[in-house]
Order: sequence, then structure tokens, then C-alpha cells
Amino acid sequence: MGLSAVDQTSLLRTAILGLISIVAIGSRLYSVIRFESIIHEFDPWFNYRTTKFLVNHGFDRFWNWFDTAAWYPLGRVVGGTLYPGIMVTSAAIYNALHALNIPVDIRNVCVFLAPAFSALTAVATYLLGKEVKNATAGLFAAAFMGVAPGYISRSVAGSYDNEGIAIFLLVFTFYLWLRAVRRGSALDAALAAGFYFYMVSAWGGYVFIINLVPLHVLALVLMGRFSNRIYVAYSTFYALGTLASMQIPFVGFQPTFTSEHMAALGVFGLVQVVAFAQHVRTQLPAQQFAVVLRVAVAGLFVVGAGVLALLTARGVIAPWTGRFYSLWDTGYAKVHIPIIASVSEHQPTAWPNFFFDLNMLVWLFPAGIYLSFRELTDNHVFLILYALFAAYFAGVMVRLILTLTPIVCVLAGVAIAGVFETYLNNRTMSASSRVSAYVPRIAVLANFMFFLCMFQWHCSWITSSAYSSPSVVLASRGADGSQHIIDDFREAYSWLRHNTDKGARVLSWWDYGYQLAGMADRPTLVDNNTWNNTHIATVGRIMASDEDTAYELARQHDVDYVLVIFGAMLGYSGDDINKFLWMIRIAQGVYPDAVNEQAFFNDEGQYAIGDSASETMRNSLLHKLCYYRFGEVMGPQAFDRVRKQRLPSRVTLDNFEEAYTTDNWMVRIYRVKPLDNLGRTHHAAAAF
Amino acid sequence: MPASVAAILADYTGRTPLRLRAIDAYMVFCAGVAVVQLAYCAVVGTFPYNAFLAGFGSAAACFVFAAALRMRTDPRNAQQFGGRGEGAFAEFVVCHVALHFVVANFLG
Repeated sequence: MGLSAVDQTSLLRTAILGLISIVAIGSRLYSVIRFESIIHEFDPWFNYRTTKFLVNHGFDRFWNWFDTAAWYPLGRVVGGTLYPGIMVTSAAIYNALHALNIPVDIRNVCVFLAPAFSALTAVATYLLGKEVKNATAGLFAAAFMGVAPGYISRSVAGSYDNEGIAIFLLVFTFYLWLRAVRRGSALDAALAAGFYFYMVSAWGGYVFIINLVPLHVLALVLMGRFSNRIYVAYSTFYALGTLASMQIPFVGFQPTFTSEHMAALGVFGLVQVVAFAQHVRTQLPAQQFAVVLRVAVAGLFVVGAGVLALLTARGVIAPWTGRFYSLWDTGYAKVHIPIIASVSEHQPTAWPNFFFDLNMLVWLFPAGIYLSFRELTDNHVFLILYALFAAYFAGVMVRLILTLTPIVCVLAGVAIAGVFETYLNNRTMSASSRVSAYVPRIAVLANFMFFLCMFQWHCSWITSSAYSSPSVVLASRGADGSQHIIDDFREAYSWLRHNTDKGARVLSWWDYGYQLAGMADRPTLVDNNTWNNTHIATVGRIMASDEDTAYELARQHDVDYVLVIFGAMLGYSGDDINKFLWMIRIAQGVYPDAVNEQAFFNDEGQYAIGDSASETMRNSLLHKLCYYRFGEVMGPQAFDRVRKQRLPSRVTLDNFEEAYTTDNWMVRIYRVKPLDNLGRTHHAAAAF
Repeated sequence: MPASVAAILADYTGRTPLRLRAIDAYMVFCAGVAVVQLAYCAVVGTFPYNAFLAGFGSAAACFVFAAALRMRTDPRNAQQFGGRGEGAFAEFVVCHVALHFVVANFLG
């Protein structure tokens, strides 16, 4: 009396999904095992700080929080300028665990949130695959999604960032949308709208959903596949979803006036008109009405697009902005918005990145698209559109490989499920077949099993070597193979935390703002939010100016400490001298009279930092702060390991006083000297 | 043109069941409420914008939900949708409950 076949299958599926979840969570834990449970990188520190605030002070104070310690002296309206989804989720889990008397620290909740949600993402991908094809495709898709490096890169343990939960919500919303279209169910559409709201609260990439779903509907209308089910699904989704999305303060009223949301509104109107026309069609003779309908739809579409263009040109509807505009015009950001262009994850994707992040899925993906074209139900139209647009965006911006990964996994799952189903199908073999009749099957299946094993191995290796670095803590190997941990960042932030006044203001480049606020707990002038370009340009100007100008500007802004990152001793190439050109460009964009990029190159046009450097470079504050006293520790053969140049022979510094330099000279902190007691300049005081 | 309009109306009142005509009347009412709000906004201005959006949005959403209900319960559409008409009404109620919470939060 065993289980019935149906029960066996469903038990097997549940077990497989459970194993996939375990693998998904397990492969994301490398950095926790190697180092410790720590929040990684930069942006997650802001999320962590706000989550701590939410947990400690409650939702009301969190929602209305005005942070005076960020962007000194401007402050930041935190409640209205963040996506609260991930913080609320973590706080809810934390409170639930504490209500059960399981005293988990909030840091651990934050660190392990992304791996937990990655398991949910794998399950959601299974559901999506099952929706478009069958359970086999779904299971393969889930297996791929669990380990695909494109997704792992943003969801390792410690990467406490919006994408960690947003990708789960993206996939699940799409699953609910496809189910709503297939069944014509308003309940599925309402659920899709609910999860869409959750996605809007979690990530700015929700714009992708609110453009892809209307595009899907439009494609179906143009293909002549409009049906009442589509009307029910889309109208319910749009009506509930848009109203709900405006509840997030950061989104506000944007769905009514920005270009990114106009496609959804346009298609909503179109769908009403088409549905009404279809209804009226049943009352009139078929032929004349078909013609009238097509002309009217096309005409309305043209009129609507024309009105939209007019309103955008007149400024009533805001045009595509900033980051989203740079997706269409890829050369725009480098010229006009250097801050967007300077972010490394906004660069165009190089070819190896696709193979690096997706391995064999890259060639299964077109096979899946082809199979979708062959079946071409309403769901497959959606998959094709998603694949097209995601592939384009992933080619434009490296970080958007993340949104490409789910569809690649689903389509690859569809393709490979087709292979396995064909070659494992025993019904085409008669009972008396010879062994040699099985050889082709064995050959193909063994081949694909080998590919799958290599895929898993590749993903694990990539995860282990490339995507599990906390960035806050670095590791290197000594000459004898022993591991040498470089913990300079935390050393410096800890020094600040314990040895400076509570309200001491720290000036650094915006990359480190969130980490400073999170670990050192001191007010900062600029941070990773980069909402105020002028303020960032001012900081860049301070770094690029000569000592006296910088001193005066720093005193104007009440700066107490200046922090710079300096990698010349270790060969750490992500330090401030390498970022200096971007600081100069950004400052030049706002203060073209005070800062000139060409002045920082020497006469031969080289970016020199030693004795052959240009005078502006040698006098600039950042150069002085980085190289002050560095020659002493390196000795007579002093050498900058990153720039591979000899050091400047003499660096003087009078207006700033060295406060702390870390063990490996990675982080250097300087105090802004208070005004001299006797009214002298600091240069005169030093000469005395 | 007037002949086909008259033909449409005659066909409508003759062949459409009372239940569907009641939903149609409700839909016309919702559309009317939305138009009135839009006209008021055009005359008086959009402040407070969130209240206008909440009111207009809820009228539009009610219209949409009623249209969905009508489509689901129209006997001529039975083969397009799985399930019976009662499921459609339950979905109608659930959508309205969700809409209620969203609009109540949005009204401010």
C-alpha cells in the first residue's frame, strides 16, 4: 500500500524543491564561514542602520525620521527617500522571532535574510516554470535559479540590499500575473497587485514590472489575442497596483506624471476601449466592425502617443530621468551626469560577464526562446518580451544581469526539460529493443548530466571566489600561503567611534558615507545616496583644492575629521587617488572656475603622483593627505604599489593634523586644526 | 448611423438579463462619479492631490471591478472563464476590500 502515483510525484517535487533551497542557502554562506557574520559593502550598511532604527524606535518614528547626521548640514528625510520593503521585512521577522522567545540579533536577521529569500525565489521560479510549461521545466528552472551567479552576486549572506527580496517579488509577481491572464481571475490579479505593491516598497526596479506587463498586454492586443480574461487581469492589476504603489512616499505621485509609468496608463485606457469595442462588436455584423475596430484602435494609439509626446515636450509629464534615461542613451551619463557614469556597476556589460554569470544557460536561453515561439500561448508572448528587454538592459548595464537571470533560468529550464523529456520517454521504445537502441539516449543524457554537473561546479566556484567578499574585510595570502586578514576599515571606523566626540563631523568621499554612519556612528557630509550633486561636488572641490582653500571650505562646513582611503602600501587599487579623477570631474561640473581636470595631469599628459606630478596635483589636499609621511615608512626606495611610481620626495601638511593611520596604511584620518591661538596661519606656526 | 445605434439599444434591452443591466447601470454611475471628480479638479485645482487621486482612483477601480464581474457572469462568456459566477462575486468582494484599505490610507 504505497502512495499513489500523483502523491509520489508531489512528494518527490517537494523533496527536490527542499534540496534546491538547501543548496541555494548553503552556497551563499561562504563569507560567513570564512570571515564572520557581517554586513558587506556600502549600501547594505544604510539598510542595516535604518533597520536597527526601525527595530529600536518603532514604525511611526521610522516613517517620519529626519536624519540630521547624514548630508551635514542638510540632513536627509529618511522616511520619504528610501524603499522600506527590506527594513520592514527584517523588522517583522525579528519581532516574530522575539515573540517566540528566540533572541536572534538584528544583525544576524539582516545578514541571513537574502539567502532565505533566495530559497523562496527558487520556489517562485519553479512556480513560474510550471505555469508556462510543466513541473519538469519548473524544477530545472528552480535548480538553475538557486545557484545562478547572476543572482548570487546580490544575495549572498551579508549582502543586505534591496535586490535580495526584490528578485523574489519580481518572479512571484510575474507568476501571479501569468496565472491571472491564463485564468482570467480578478483574485490572481489582485494578488499580483499586492505583491507588486510589496515590490514597489522594496526596489526601484519595479519600473521594469510596470512597463513589461503593459507591453505584454499591448503585444497581445496587437496580435489579435485580446480576450475578456486579459481585460479582467490587467484592469484589476493596474487599478489596485497603481493606487497601492502611490502609498510609498518615495514613489509618491510619480505614477501620474512620469514617463516611466505612462505606458501602463496608456495601455489601461487602450484596454478599456478595446473591451468596449469587442462588446459592441457582438451586436454588429462581423466584417464592417472588424475594420472599424482596427482603424479605431490604431488611431487611438497614435492619438494617445501624440498627446503623450506633446505633454512630455511641454513639461507636464516628466521625461525619463537620470538612471533610466541612461539605459536608452548610453552615452548620456558620461557627459551630463558623471556621478551615474562613475559607478562601476552602471558600466556596459562585457561579453565574458554573461558567461561568468550564466555559464551554460547562455546557450540554452535562445533554445528556450525558440521553443516559446513554437508554442506561442499568451504566456509565451510574455516570456519572449521579458527575454528581449531583459537581454537589452543587461547588455547596457552590468548590474541588470540580475533582472535577466530569472528569465534565462526559466527559458533554459524549458529547453533542457524538453531534452530530458524526449530522451527519457520510454513509451517510444518497444519491449524487445536491443541494448544498442538505448545508446543514443544514454549518450545525450550523459552529455547533459555532465553539463549540469559542470554548471553546478562553475557556480559554486564563482560564488566562492568572486562574490563572497565582504569588501569591508579583505583577505590575502602571505608568501607561505597563510591567510592575512586586512581589517583596516573596521579598525579606522572603530577608532572614530571610540576616540572622537559624539557629533564630530567626518568628511570623506561619498563611497564610504554609509559605512561611516553605520560603523563609526558619526555625522557625514556626503554618502552613497548621492542625491545632492552640488554637495558632492563641494566635497570633491575640497579634496582637489590646495591646502588653504580646502582648509577654509572645510571650516565653513564644520568638518572635524577628514578620512581618505590609500592603497599604495598594499596595492589596493580601489583607493581615493584612483578615484581622484572622478572627484575632479564631478567638482568641475559644478565649479568649473575652481577645478580644472587638465591641470592635474603633468606636462607629458600623464597621471603622475611623484615628483613629476603637476603643481596642482602636488598641492591638492587629497595628494597631501595620502602621501604625508608615507615615504618614512617605505624607506629610500619608496614606491607606490598601485600607481607603480616613485613617491614624491617631500610632502608638507600644515592645516591638517594626522589623527590616525591604520595598520596597513589603508585608511588615514586627519583632524582639521582649530584656528591658531595667536591668530597666525598654520604655515607660520609650523615655521616657528 | 442612428439606425445601428437604435438597433444596438433594442438588442441590449431585449437580450441582456436584468442582472447584467443592473451591473451596467452601476458602471455608468461609477464612470459618472469619476467624471464629476475630474471636472471638479479641472475647475478648482488639484490640491490636495492625494485626495483627488484617491477619489478618482477608487471610482475608476469600482468601474473596473464591476466590468470584470460583468464579464465573468455574462452567460455568453462561460467558455472563456473556468468556474461559476459565484467565484466571480467572491473575487469582486476581495478586490473591493483591498481597494478599501488602499484608498483609506491614501485619502489622508
